[in-house]
Amino acid sequence: MFKDITLGQYFPGNSFLHKLDPRMKLVLAVFYIVLIFLAKSAPAYALVFLFTVLLIAVSGISFITVLKSLKPIFLVLIFTTLINIFWNNGTTVLFEWKFIVITLEGIIRAITMALRIILLMVSTSVILMYTTSPIALTDGLEQLLSPLAKIKIPVHTFAMMMTMALRFIPTLLEETQKIINAQKARGADFDSGNIITKAKALIPVLIPLLISQFRRAEELATAMECRCYRGGGGRTRMTILHFSVRDFISAGLVLALFAGILLLNFYFPALIK
Amino acid sequence: MMTAEWSITVAEIVIKAENLCFSYESENPNEQLPVLENLNLEIEKGSFVAVLGHNGSGKSTLAKLFNLILTPTGGNLYLFGKKIDEETMTEDEFFELRRRIGMVFQNPDNQLVATIVEEDVAFGPENLGIPTEKIRKRVDDALEIVGMTAFAKHSPHQLSGGQKQRIAIAGIIALRPDVIIFDESTAMLDPRGRSDVLATIEKLNRDFGTTILHITHYMEEAIRADRVIVVDKGKIALDGTPREVFSHVATVKAAGLDVPQVTELMLAINRDGIELPKDALSWEEGADAIEAYILKRKTEK
Repeated sequence: MFKDITLGQYFPGNSFLHKLDPRMKLVLAVFYIVLIFLAKSAPAYALVFLFTVLLIAVSGISFITVLKSLKPIFLVLIFTTLINIFWNNGTTVLFEWKFIVITLEGIIRAITMALRIILLMVSTSVILMYTTSPIALTDGLEQLLSPLAKIKIPVHTFAMMMTMALRFIPTLLEETQKIINAQKARGADFDSGNIITKAKALIPVLIPLLISQFRRAEELATAMECRCYRGGGGRTRMTILHFSVRDFISAGLVLALFAGILLLNFYFPALIK
Repeated sequence: MMTAEWSITVAEIVIKAENLCFSYESENPNEQLPVLENLNLEIEKGSFVAVLGHNGSGKSTLAKLFNLILTPTGGNLYLFGKKIDEETMTEDEFFELRRRIGMVFQNPDNQLVATIVEEDVAFGPENLGIPTEKIRKRVDDALEIVGMTAFAKHSPHQLSGGQKQRIAIAGIIALRPDVIIFDESTAMLDPRGRSDVLATIEKLNRDFGTTILHITHYMEEAIRADRVIVVDKGKIALDGTPREVFSHVATVKAAGLDVPQVTELMLAINRDGIELPKDALSWEEGADAIEAYILKRKTEK
C-alpha cells in the first residue's frame, strides 16, 4: 500500500516550469513572495493574479489540483477574513447591529488579505513543490547556499541529510507496514478504542522501528565509509546545474512584473491604508 | 629467449594476514572477547575465494579487517604488499586502500544513499573527487556490467532486492576496485535475485579479473569458487579447492556447516555399500555418477 507513495507533492512533467533550473526557481519564488507583498493597488493585484493563473496554465497542472492545495490553510483563510471584516476602523459603514459594525474598508481589506494568502500558497507550490523534484530542490538549495560553507556552515552535510531522508521515507514506510502486520499477526489491535488507546497501541510499532533505524544508520555509515565518503570536502558532482536561456527569460519576466507592479502602485491608490 | 621460458609466474598476493588477531572489548576491562586468533592467510590476485563459517565464526570480522573498518589487535596485515599500520599511514592512504578493496554488504537497502539509481552509483566516484565528465562514463560502465542500464533513472524503492544489490555492486565497481568482498550479499535475496547477483560476481571475476572474496553460508555458492576457506572459532579449519574441502565431511560438520546436498547423498549411498565417487559437488556430477553406476550394473547382469 505504501509502495507508490509520492514524495512531497511533485508532479512529474515536462513543462517550461519543470525545466527551469532549481536554483533560479528558488530565487524567483522568494522574489515572487516579495512581489505579492509589494502589490498595493487594485490593478497591481490583478496583474499578480493574472500572472499566477498564467503560471498554473504553463505548469500543466490542473486548476483543481492547485485549488486542493489550499485545503490545509482553509481555516486560516476563514479566520483572517472574519477578523478583517469585524475588527477594523473603517468609516463607510454598510451594516450595523448592536456591537457588530461592517464597513466597506473592512470588506476590501478582508478580500485583499485572503487573496494575498491564496496567491502566496498557490505560487510557491506551483513554482517549487509541484514542478521541482525533491532531489532537484535539495541540489539547488545546496548549490545556492554553498558560499555559506566559507563561514563554516555545513551546507553539504545538511543537503546530504535531506537527500538521505528523502531516500529512506519509502523504506521506512515499508518497514512500518511490515511491523504493523507482524504485530497484528500477534493479535495487536490498532483500530478500536479512543485516541489514547490507539496512540498506546502504536508503541509496539514505534519501538522496533526506532531500534531498526539505529541499526540501519550504523550499517549505512559503514557502507558510506567503504565508498570513500569523507564529507563534502574534495567531492565532485556528476550532474552540474547549468542556467539556460529559459532561466534568463523567466528572470526577465519576473523583473518586468516587478517593475509593472511598482508603476501601478505609483499611479493607482492603495487598497489598504 | 631463455628467460621467458624459465620465468615462473608468481601470483601477486593482494591480501596477506600473518598471525592476525582480533578481539572485541568486553564490559569487563580485564577480559577480552577473542574473535580471530593467529590467523594466517594469503589471497592471490584474480582468485575467487569463498569464505564459509557459521554465525559468530569470525568470517565477517575478517572481511571488516581487510576493508580497514576494524583494525587488528595483533599480528600483521598486508594489503597489496603494504603493511597496515594505523600510526604511520595517512588518511589518504587509508581511503585509497578502501577504494581498492570494495565491500558489498548483506542488506541492499542499507547501502544505497541516493533517490535515483545513477546518482547512487555516482556517489563513490563523487567522493573520490573524479572530474564530472569522467563520472558519467564510470556510472554508465558500472550499470552496464551489472545489467541495470535500463533502470538508471529509477528510484531504489521501485526495485527488487536482487536488483538493489546489483546497484550496490555497481556503486562499488564505479570505484574501480581490485578486490571486492561480498559480506553475505546474497543472504537476504530470493533465489532469483541470488542467482543474478552470483552471475554478476562470476562475471566480475572472469571478465574483469577482479579478486573476489565471497562470504556466504550457501554451499551451492561456495562450490562455484576456485578456493574455499572454512573459518571456525576464529581459525582457519579448512582451505583448498571446493572438492578438497568438502571431502573433509567431519571437519566441515564440526564447523557447524553442511556439505552440499549431493555430497551428502553420495555419502549416504556409499554407507549402504554402493561405491560411488564421494566428491561429487554439483547435481550434474551426482546424476552422471549414478547413471554410470546403473549402466554398469546392467551390463554386468
